[in-house]
Amino acid sequence: MFRPTLTLNYDRVLNTLAAWLLALFWLLPLAYAGWTAFHPAEYETRFVPFAPLTLENFAQAWSEAPFARYFLNTMILVTGILAAQFTLCTLAAFSFARFTFPGRNILFALVLIQLLVMPDILIVENYQTMRRLDLIDTIAAIGLPYVASAFGIFLLRQTFMTIPKELDEAARIEGCSYLGILWRVYIPLAKPTFLAYGLVSVSHHWNNFVWPLIITNSVETRPLTVGLSIFAVTDAGIQWSVINAATLMTSGPLLIAFLLFQRQFVQSFMRAGIK
Amino acid sequence: MTPAMILLITFTHYPAIQTIINSFFSTARGRRKSVFIGWDNYQTLLQDDVFWKVLINNFWYAVWTIPLSIVLSLAMALWVNDKLKGRGFLRMAYFTPTVLPLIAVANIWLFFYTPGFGLIDQIRGLFGLAEQNWMGSPDTALYAMIAVAIWKEAGFFMIFYLAALQTISPTLREAASIEGASKFYYFHRVLFPLLMPTTLFVSINAVINSFRLVDHIFVMTEGGPNNASSLLLFYIYKVAFDYWDTAYAATLTVVMIALLIFLAIGQFFFFDRRVHYK
Repeated sequence: MFRPTLTLNYDRVLNTLAAWLLALFWLLPLAYAGWTAFHPAEYETRFVPFAPLTLENFAQAWSEAPFARYFLNTMILVTGILAAQFTLCTLAAFSFARFTFPGRNILFALVLIQLLVMPDILIVENYQTMRRLDLIDTIAAIGLPYVASAFGIFLLRQTFMTIPKELDEAARIEGCSYLGILWRVYIPLAKPTFLAYGLVSVSHHWNNFVWPLIITNSVETRPLTVGLSIFAVTDAGIQWSVINAATLMTSGPLLIAFLLFQRQFVQSFMRAGIK
Repeated sequence: MTPAMILLITFTHYPAIQTIINSFFSTARGRRKSVFIGWDNYQTLLQDDVFWKVLINNFWYAVWTIPLSIVLSLAMALWVNDKLKGRGFLRMAYFTPTVLPLIAVANIWLFFYTPGFGLIDQIRGLFGLAEQNWMGSPDTALYAMIAVAIWKEAGFFMIFYLAALQTISPTLREAASIEGASKFYYFHRVLFPLLMPTTLFVSINAVINSFRLVDHIFVMTEGGPNNASSLLLFYIYKVAFDYWDTAYAATLTVVMIALLIFLAIGQFFFFDRRVHYK
């Protein structure tokens, strides 16, 4: 019935070993990028324990491409999208969760279509639309297709529906308007969902690439990802250590934020995942 | 909610329908206007060797990335959930690729694959193996892309499994071990069926990703050599923004959306009998 402790330990050791091997393998690319970025170019493939450390690669990358501007663009983009998504998705989710109106289910189904047919896929036609709106090469154009996010509406609706109706009836009796109820009752109670959705959204748009690549063509609008790809491709003569420094730089803020708030990060992704 | 609906219609429903309409018209070039040409674009598509090549590539891309990333993510979740030594570190290691921009990590992987000089070849060199041009050879380029995609998405899927595992009561495991069930039996008969809704959700996401994750191709191979590592979305990008044949790109998009919808519905039916909702 009970297996001897020896086999159990054996099994456990084997599992631990496999888990660690996989983890090290998973971190290898990042560790490697870190190694080259902080060491002079001669040490790119020579892994000597006490190789001299340097920040030269970062300085060089920073001076060779307008990364400061790219950072600014990405910041504007990410905060803009987040603010717009919060506003629109909250209002939409509230009306789906609390009001009954004709065609509500059909409308909600139409929203959910976006989970499958995402803006990422409709690049050709969205480009035409942006041209008609005269928005090509603007930061607004990068964000607009993503603002009304089906994922956000769905997530917030699910959260709002768990809030007991008695609460908003009580608030109504106290003379609260619908918007007041939303602001004073629903939003405070859905805070964890907002945090989760915010993190998912920020990391998604920080990393997004194809659509920004298509819609932007100047330094003033390009986000970091597009800037980095241009930096890494144009100058074939650039050293790996400099490219890796630039790579770390672009992912840096997100990575540091992730390492600092790891627990919250993972938990909010988990919360976003539970349906 | 009206503003949300307007934006959603402008950037999802309208373009989706417009794409279908455009696929029946020719591309306007210079003074020549776009005219209705019926199924001509679809005829071209059927005879387009590159399209078939890309479709087959995408098929293999899906066939490898979907099951492998699901299996890996499940293993990761079980390990992290299973109080192994250093689970905080393990979780961090597995999840990190998810927060990194794919375009940035593509640069690092590019270096791994570089013939002769790159890390993989250096390690091969230690064992006396010959240099290998991973991205330059048509036989391996696609698989090099597949490895990056799995590395990128497995940690993300792990989170969903982890979330599901934590809702499963530990009494089930105790009951199973009292009954003398082996670890494998417990997993096979108890854990895995309970995780089915998550598996459905993850696999739909994996299917979507197998069409969507193409960022690294821009940096690493640009679809080459000779379209050996090109995928459908990357080809759409090429046709629309390199050759400016928007009507044909629309036709390709229609095919892609049709495939996506077909696969998503197919999965629901495939899993339907296997999923036990609580």
